Amino acid sequence: MSDVAKRGTAVPAPLAWDYAPAPEARDIVSFEARYGLYIGGEVVEPRSGEWYSTISPATEEHLAEVATARTEDVDVAVQAARDAFENGWSSLRPGERAKYLFRIARILLERSREFAVAESLNSGKPIKESRDVDLPISAAHFFYYAGWADKLEYAFPNRSPRPLGVAGQIIPWNFPLLMLAWKIAPALACGNTVVLKPSHTTPLTALLFTDVCRQAGLPPGVVNIVTGDGRTGADLVRHPDVDKIAFTGSTEVGKDIQRAVAGTRKRLTLELGGKAANIVFDDAALDQAIEGIINGIYFNQGEVCCAGSRLLVQESIYEQVIAKLKRRMETLRVGDPLDKNTDVGAINSREQLERITELVASGEEEGAEIFQPSCALPERGFWFRPTVFTNVAQSYRIAQEEIFGPVLSVLTFRTPDEAVEKANNTAYGLSAGVWTEKGSRILWMAERLRAGVVWANTFNRFDPASPFGGYKESGFGREGGRHGLEAYLRFD
Amino acid sequence: MAQAPALPGGFELPLEPRLPRIGSVDAVALEARAADLAKRSIKRESKLFALDLAVRMIDLTTLEGADTPGKVAALCSKAVRPDPVDRSVPSVAAVCVYPNLVPTARQRLEGTGVKVASVATAFPSGQSPLEVKVADVRAAVELGADEVDMVIDRGAFLSGRYAKVYDEIVRVKEVCGRTHLKVILETGELGTYDNVRRASLLAMAAGADFIKTSTGKVAPAATLPVTLCMLEAIRDVHEETGRMVGMKPAGGIRVAKQAIQYLCVLHETLGVAWLTPDLFRFGASSLLNDVLQQIRKQKTGVYQSGDYFTID
Repeated sequence: MSDVAKRGTAVPAPLAWDYAPAPEARDIVSFEARYGLYIGGEVVEPRSGEWYSTISPATEEHLAEVATARTEDVDVAVQAARDAFENGWSSLRPGERAKYLFRIARILLERSREFAVAESLNSGKPIKESRDVDLPISAAHFFYYAGWADKLEYAFPNRSPRPLGVAGQIIPWNFPLLMLAWKIAPALACGNTVVLKPSHTTPLTALLFTDVCRQAGLPPGVVNIVTGDGRTGADLVRHPDVDKIAFTGSTEVGKDIQRAVAGTRKRLTLELGGKAANIVFDDAALDQAIEGIINGIYFNQGEVCCAGSRLLVQESIYEQVIAKLKRRMETLRVGDPLDKNTDVGAINSREQLERITELVASGEEEGAEIFQPSCALPERGFWFRPTVFTNVAQSYRIAQEEIFGPVLSVLTFRTPDEAVEKANNTAYGLSAGVWTEKGSRILWMAERLRAGVVWANTFNRFDPASPFGGYKESGFGREGGRHGLEAYLRFD
Repeated sequence: MAQAPALPGGFELPLEPRLPRIGSVDAVALEARAADLAKRSIKRESKLFALDLAVRMIDLTTLEGADTPGKVAALCSKAVRPDPVDRSVPSVAAVCVYPNLVPTARQRLEGTGVKVASVATAFPSGQSPLEVKVADVRAAVELGADEVDMVIDRGAFLSGRYAKVYDEIVRVKEVCGRTHLKVILETGELGTYDNVRRASLLAMAAGADFIKTSTGKVAPAATLPVTLCMLEAIRDVHEETGRMVGMKPAGGIRVAKQAIQYLCVLHETLGVAWLTPDLFRFGASSLLNDVLQQIRKQKTGVYQSGDYFTID
């Protein structure tokens, strides 16, 4: 070892290279002071007379006043959707429906910078993600389902696919525009009309989307947006004239919805929580697996239903993986969501931050070992350091419950059988990841993992052509792909 | 098999049985990571810092059959003072030439701090008998080169004769003595990132002070993913042995924006400790003027045309 072992440098390296702030220009988006409800192609004042303030979670600054829709408002919205369905939309030539969807997709692309900035402002997610993930995939979803609109007979030959009617759609705050696209694109392509309720904390991109509908010349009432809180969603679920409910959100609310629609004719799809296992075998390409682990749990601050929140590492490489993981976590840049170099943004709400904080405390109490990088956090807003727990037992709450935050629990396994057993030992079953260079093992694992999506040597990749959905308490029904059409069709 | 001068622990001989355990690289994920890092937005003072660093890391290179003492002399003047108008712009790291032109460069660069690097070992193909390669290196060293850039025998590597490649590097390193050895892998000919990783570890185990992507004579030359792959191998050697090996992407890096992307990849893979010309170099010729142009833009706020920067 001696002389070449540790070569000193004659030219000393600097102590640090701090990247200067590189904020995306905010002035491309201008919010109105107040947003009413979008019903029948028009913005209307809420009959409830109630308004609330929506904020930026990164700074807690007020962004706009948003209407709260109550029972009467929801009723008007459903009526508008019913009118549009009966009087034109459902009998429109499918090729014409496709044109509207293509138009929406193109407008979204054209206005993608504006929407990306709005999304980051209202949700706290880093601009690089809203710019490179949310917007392109949202547009791709509209493009994809536009293509299906006039080919439904070919998708389901000899089954006479027909639209359902009015779809009530309730979406979460983690991917506000993307979830809107996942819901609205297939519904419209199949000839349904929709009443969509965005999340209470992130209504702004859905409200900007109403302008896209106007630009695209979409007939009034085909898309209706009602903002509000859980009560608004409940009103929509209970409305007797809604034919279908599509919900993405927590398992708890999902169960309530299922109870509410039981005994009615309403069709239901639920996309709920997850506690995905990301399984790393000892022959995996390690540096890339580390990137996959990071992307699996710190993408969108871990506020992803399919996040790889349980890391299962083969024991023989455990120490190496943990060392590499910690080193990589030190390079994560946490801060201003509008900064183009930010890797991890703000937590979406105070409520969510409290939940993450509480679960992390329980992890420490139960005896897991915590590691967080030394990054500085902004003073205002809702922030949580990327966190990893080691020495986690399968029985700990942090290994069982969905945290929906940047918190990773690490467990180990010895054999592929044990990996499958531990991965499946959860109430959820939305996604899983397998990291190995051995193709046969990927297939062997995928056959045995009880998860709707199994990623091999990648994680958190979404494509409109690929169906997405869960097993067990992660819900039922599939979104995306040809499968996604089925949820919006009836067959004679 | 020859004896390596100093073997890092964890990568001992014999190498072949260990090669399968050297680990693999996932091409899709590697390229995605490199593309992600390429999107870093480096502005204002952090950009000026990077541009200044880039100048200090350049191995200003001319490797043409038409090279003459006059051409090399001009290049040396440029290397010492890249921007005659702005004296705060530092000298580059080294001038890289063929062995015949080492004396000229040596003479022009004496006392300036700019190093003389010479290619050797039957550059660029490496397809000559070992004794010829050794003689080539010895000549370069005796003529006064501070650094030697050797090529590996890709024919041997691709046919699985790893020990031959290893032995050659060890022999060359012996001849080099205290002269710094950069080992060119010619990644454009290796075909896969797995091979790039193997060749990187093999070269480091054999005593390379630097590993280098390419000769510049084969396309593709340096790319961001290949560089990331090699930096990850350097990181693994450092983690296992504490030894700090340098990295030199060469060929195809022509504009300041690319140089900054490479520096971001370096910074976020190996940390600030590697942000020194002792551990990172750019093998380039046309890159320098673009960096100078960007430096002036950062300092004055306006672009000046290429006519305001000397061509050498």
